[in-house]
Amino acid sequence: MSDRAGDIDIAAAVQAARERLDAHTVEIVAWHFHESTGCPFWLGKKRELKFDPLTEIRSFDDLKKFPPFEDEWLRGGPVRRWAPRALADKPIYVFETGGTTGVPKSRIAVEDFRIDYSLFSDTLPEEYFPLGSNWLMLGPSGPRRLRLAVEHLAQHRGGICFCIDLDPRWVIKLIKKGWMEHLEAYKKHCIEQAITILGAGHDIRCMFGTPKLIEALCLELEERGSSLAETGITGIFSGGTEFTPQWTRFCIEELFGGPPEESGIYMTPTYGNTLMGLACSKPVTKGDGYKITYYAPQPRAVVEVVAFDDYDEVVPYGGTGRVKLTTLTKEFFMPGFLERDEGEREPPYVKYPWDGVSGVRPFHELADATTVGVY
Amino acid sequence: MINLPAIRWGEPYESLEADEATHFLTGEPVARVNAVGSGIVTRDAKKARRARQALRSMSPAALIDACRRAGELFEMATLAVGDGRQSPDDFVRQTSATTGMPIAMCQANVAKNAFVLKNIGQILDALTRGLDLDILARGYGDEGRGVTVSYQAQTEVLGAVLPSNSPGVHALWLPVIPLQIGLALKPGSQEPWTPYRVAAAMVEAGVPKEAISIYPGAGGDIGAAILSSYRRSMIFGGPQTIQQYAGNERVQVHGPGYSKILLGDDAAGNWRDYLDVMVDSVYRNGGRSCINCSSIYTPRHGGEIAAALAERLGPIEALPPDDPQAGLAAFTTPGAAAAIWAAIERDLADPHTTHATAAYGPRLVEQATCAYLRPTVWHCRSTGCPGANKEYMFPAVAVVDCPQAKMLESIGPTLVCTAITQDESFRQDLIAATHIDRLNLGPIPTPQVNWLQPHEGNLVEFLYRNRALQAA
Repeated sequence: MSDRAGDIDIAAAVQAARERLDAHTVEIVAWHFHESTGCPFWLGKKRELKFDPLTEIRSFDDLKKFPPFEDEWLRGGPVRRWAPRALADKPIYVFETGGTTGVPKSRIAVEDFRIDYSLFSDTLPEEYFPLGSNWLMLGPSGPRRLRLAVEHLAQHRGGICFCIDLDPRWVIKLIKKGWMEHLEAYKKHCIEQAITILGAGHDIRCMFGTPKLIEALCLELEERGSSLAETGITGIFSGGTEFTPQWTRFCIEELFGGPPEESGIYMTPTYGNTLMGLACSKPVTKGDGYKITYYAPQPRAVVEVVAFDDYDEVVPYGGTGRVKLTTLTKEFFMPGFLERDEGEREPPYVKYPWDGVSGVRPFHELADATTVGVY
Repeated sequence: MINLPAIRWGEPYESLEADEATHFLTGEPVARVNAVGSGIVTRDAKKARRARQALRSMSPAALIDACRRAGELFEMATLAVGDGRQSPDDFVRQTSATTGMPIAMCQANVAKNAFVLKNIGQILDALTRGLDLDILARGYGDEGRGVTVSYQAQTEVLGAVLPSNSPGVHALWLPVIPLQIGLALKPGSQEPWTPYRVAAAMVEAGVPKEAISIYPGAGGDIGAAILSSYRRSMIFGGPQTIQQYAGNERVQVHGPGYSKILLGDDAAGNWRDYLDVMVDSVYRNGGRSCINCSSIYTPRHGGEIAAALAERLGPIEALPPDDPQAGLAAFTTPGAAAAIWAAIERDLADPHTTHATAAYGPRLVEQATCAYLRPTVWHCRSTGCPGANKEYMFPAVAVVDCPQAKMLESIGPTLVCTAITQDESFRQDLIAATHIDRLNLGPIPTPQVNWLQPHEGNLVEFLYRNRALQAA
């Protein structure tokens, strides 16, 4: 009976979430396509559309009426064309993604990154991410959103964030040139700085790190006869396609010294990029084969798993498809952006009553050309 | 389908990630290969000392004896490999299934690797120039001339990033174990079979299992971790890999060989006498090895030589892998054969180049799940022709017109050079040439390996350094 009751609860929650998403979609589309509030890019695009977004977008599904979002639109300027008129007087950030060669994709932000990370903060268990504790951000800063976002997360939770930079564009160049000794030296350079900060008496309990750097940090600490637990770290979040079930298992079983209740270290994966918010995962456990399932922060962003041969068609639950992102905030509207990843569609879950995605990995048709795991 | 776990110092490790190796014709899964990440490689490397300690608990003579038995087991026995039992016939069929090599060719490679294992004592005797291996084991000793000699191991474990092109190349790392050095291997994605079977045979024969690790996984990730974790490693790759590790004393790099046959002024007129040697050098083992001949330099009769080679090689057809006459391996990576053929066609468009096999039908044979390239011969009337010095993974050879006096400056780096000449002055120049690795003086096929000679550097010198030791 309880299962059935649970099913009914979930079904009701899914329905409510869907209604909320539909309403939010209409609101955001109205904002971006209204002359008084929209951005020059979408107002210009509106003239090319064969429908009126102000009257003909009545639900999330109606977004299929838009042509596929081309990532080329995000390359090059003027950057102001993406600034909604209603926000034009606000202080505006620009964040970039890619850019090792050629013009990077860029998006503007005012408050989105803070809102996204404040929402993410609500998902972190206080036991391992204590309020008021200080943070270490070990990853890319520069033109990326991450440093400011993690710093905001720390501040939002009453802490102060120490930052160590890693330039992923240089790392990709090192890999492409085959300069593996330089790559090792650069990694070591980052790790030495991290160990110095962690040992400097700053009461750092939480950290963001890229998978490669978390691994390198743990191995170097082990080499020095120490461990992550000894540095005082209790909560870690990380992300990216490198964050696989096997990697998680390796970290938990061999680098951290066991599950959180034994090692005192809790690590949670996230999925996202500059173009969307931050998707969170269901708790990752040994009992579930360290499976990682991400749920987007709906209704601000939506992740769909779509068929390889029809990007308007969501695959069945458990089916494999390409990851399609939609961002729906007042700062940025991005309908149907095809991510360079693929994965399996997952059913709604009580905490996140909408579709999720698991097994995220580089899209197989692009995988050979994609340099992953660089930071 | 057989499940191949990673091996971490002798212990099987089931990963949550696995790659499937499939049959190149049917697409059926043949093996589930457990893939690990670089962190495991790096962390395990911290325990490398234990691998060498385990090997040092046995004498070199005992390890040589174990390798001899391992050679017999490798060739004849049904062994526990992964979660299954693997007979010699299973091994040959599995290797053929995932690499696209004909079964007969895989069988020949079994014999080659077994020969090396069974004769490792003589091979090491030759590579060490007769050094008593107990001197290596003890660290120093008297060679018999009243002089103390000392050798220092440069690493506890040899890392090896292995290729998929031919099971025969594994012979290169087999002598490592009796030198009391452990092995950390990254198998090729299409050919995991030989490392696993060799390891199983060695352990069954008494080699300590703690001496061997096998790490399947993503090439770049695992390869980089192996190379950075061990002071001595071996890697197989293309020209870019060669360039990347050139001059790096930690890495012995094996890549394209650009192996050649040179006909001297005194021999070119008798080229027909050497046609069999030329055909064998180009065609043996499906032309897949770095020791296959890729260019023939001659001062005269280039057109005739190319035509005669084409007459012998051109009609060879792509046959099913279980046909005993099959001599060509399939290209199993989609698009690879077509891309190679497109590159060759660009070279053949050169006005000073003639495609000698053109009359023998299309070279590119595309099938439903794979493709073949049939033997291809072209004649370059100048050393400047774009196709004069190319190497491909199938029987492909350029016959290049070149005066004898210009040969050494034209051939470029050459792994195996068969020089057919009695001209003593030319022979002396060939012996002195530093861009030639293995030199065959006389009509010896380029793939004919004498295991008592070093190959691309002496393994013993790579792993041990001769240093001074004085005791009072």
